[in-house]
Amino acid sequence: MADPGIDGGGWIAVLVFGPMLAATAAALMPAAARLSGLAGTALTAVAAAGLVLAVANGPVEVVLGGWAPPLGLALRADGLSALMIAMTAGVGLVVGLYADAIFGEGGPRALAARHYWPLWLTLLTGMNALFLSQDVFNLYVAIEIVSLAAVALAALGGGAKALRAAFGYLIAGLAGSALVLLGVDMLYAAHGRVDLAAIAAAEPGMAGLSALLLIVAGLSVKAALFPLHFWMPAAHSGALPPASALLSALVVKAGLYVAIRLWWAAGPELDAAGTLLGATGAAAILWGSVQALRARRLKLLVAYSTVAQVGLIALAFALAGTAGAALAWQGAILLILAHAVAKAAMFLAVGRMADVMGHDRIAGLRRAGPAASPALVAFAIAAISLIGLPPSAGFAGKWMLLKGTLAAEAWVWLGVLTGSTALSAAYLWRVISRGLQAGPVTEERPRGWHRGDLAALGLAGCAIALGLAASAPLGLLEAAPFHAAAHAAPPRIAAEAAPLVTAAEAAPASEPAS
Amino acid sequence: MTGGTIFALAGVALIGVGLYRLAVSAGMVRRLVAVNVMSAGVGSVLIASAYRGPDLAPDAVPQAFVLTGIVVIVAMTAVGLVIVRRIDEAEGDGDG
Repeated sequence: MADPGIDGGGWIAVLVFGPMLAATAAALMPAAARLSGLAGTALTAVAAAGLVLAVANGPVEVVLGGWAPPLGLALRADGLSALMIAMTAGVGLVVGLYADAIFGEGGPRALAARHYWPLWLTLLTGMNALFLSQDVFNLYVAIEIVSLAAVALAALGGGAKALRAAFGYLIAGLAGSALVLLGVDMLYAAHGRVDLAAIAAAEPGMAGLSALLLIVAGLSVKAALFPLHFWMPAAHSGALPPASALLSALVVKAGLYVAIRLWWAAGPELDAAGTLLGATGAAAILWGSVQALRARRLKLLVAYSTVAQVGLIALAFALAGTAGAALAWQGAILLILAHAVAKAAMFLAVGRMADVMGHDRIAGLRRAGPAASPALVAFAIAAISLIGLPPSAGFAGKWMLLKGTLAAEAWVWLGVLTGSTALSAAYLWRVISRGLQAGPVTEERPRGWHRGDLAALGLAGCAIALGLAASAPLGLLEAAPFHAAAHAAPPRIAAEAAPLVTAAEAAPASEPAS
Repeated sequence: MTGGTIFALAGVALIGVGLYRLAVSAGMVRRLVAVNVMSAGVGSVLIASAYRGPDLAPDAVPQAFVLTGIVVIVAMTAVGLVIVRRIDEAEGDGDG
């Protein structure tokens, strides 16, 4: 892991302290906010790439101040952490370039730039700290940093509607965080420690289980998991386009990430709750899709699509402890990455369409004119990934999840998965078909490209490219964390699951030939 | 019934009252207060869980959790109140 220049531990320090210092600088010196913002975001992207390369050789750990757990804190990056950090840094960088482009146009939005950069960098600090945390209390603190920055981002943009949505988000988040804190304390009462390794090592018991369930309930609010998603469509659709993209693509993933970590640490203890999460996921797919089919405004459609997509990822929890668990987790993580990239692209594209048209009504797309075409193309490419058509990243994730349901012989979840594809195709086609029905072109095509269009198209292209290169993130999961963690840490599942996985892998081996 | 149990039960009751008001109240400041009551309940339960008997010092770790929880709720309440004021300014009436 020791590079000649800077080792993995160094990158971890840069990932947490870099954006934190840049956020402080951007807040204290508003005149230089843009400079601090772009520099801090770019630095984090470089550090994320460095961490991914370092983690390819094995997990990287930094023990803060030399105080080892349980007394002190350790920051640790394995394959999953590195993937999430890279996702946050990459999506955040492109969204930042888009934000810079629309803030540069002047008008009331130029004022928002002063606040956007410090808030985004604070969000980035919280996300990176979250992905590197190894104990449940640290995760709680990181989630609160993320929530505080996210509420402010949702309010940015200013109108009474956005402010009301941000207030609803704040209240829901606070109630959720109270439950998480209560769960953290109960976990401490049950095990005497709160680091994830202690949860994995502890004997299963009612006290520990109810603590974990409380934490998961609190997290469901933050991850906008149905039926605790009520605050989300308004907050995500009312914000400025770059803020919507960050909230929908990245912030909801924080809750999902912590839930995955808890599931991996607790092992079979949480299996029954996994079925419940899968069932709420299925309800989320149905409810989010129906609302997206009914939505009249573009941003609301895209926001409800996030409700459905979070539900899709939650299906993986239902397969935990079955023969398809390894495949399902890999699929869920790919879907998290795919949704982050594609949903950010989609919110940016919708933001551009709204800027061009002066409104975001879906019915008005017919008269959108050629200036909206690049954004419409970006929307369509992102839709390919969200629906799960090959060769996109969304397809790769759905395919792994599908193989997981086959291996587990979970036909109900297989049906839900297939249905979600049909529903997402239906609601996203509403937008694309309107765009294709454009009337005769009367105005002249504007010369040159808007930088915002380029950002949306670039992210949408990444959603496809990530599907073609899906083996890279999967390899990172293979090398370090998931298989090692699932098999080594709690031997009680590894012993019984291993032969089942090989048998199930052997059985459907003929299917890719068709 | 020991003091610790009474404290814990009072905390649970506060959580229930807070959740109830959160569910039925429409006014923004009321909902903010409701969440604060709920958090006070969580804090009470945490403090009660630190109790280790009359002759022992209480466990410091849950108390540290409570302190962090207080920091979070104070900061979030401040942000919430600012948002309520901004909404009032934007809508020009005294809802809240």
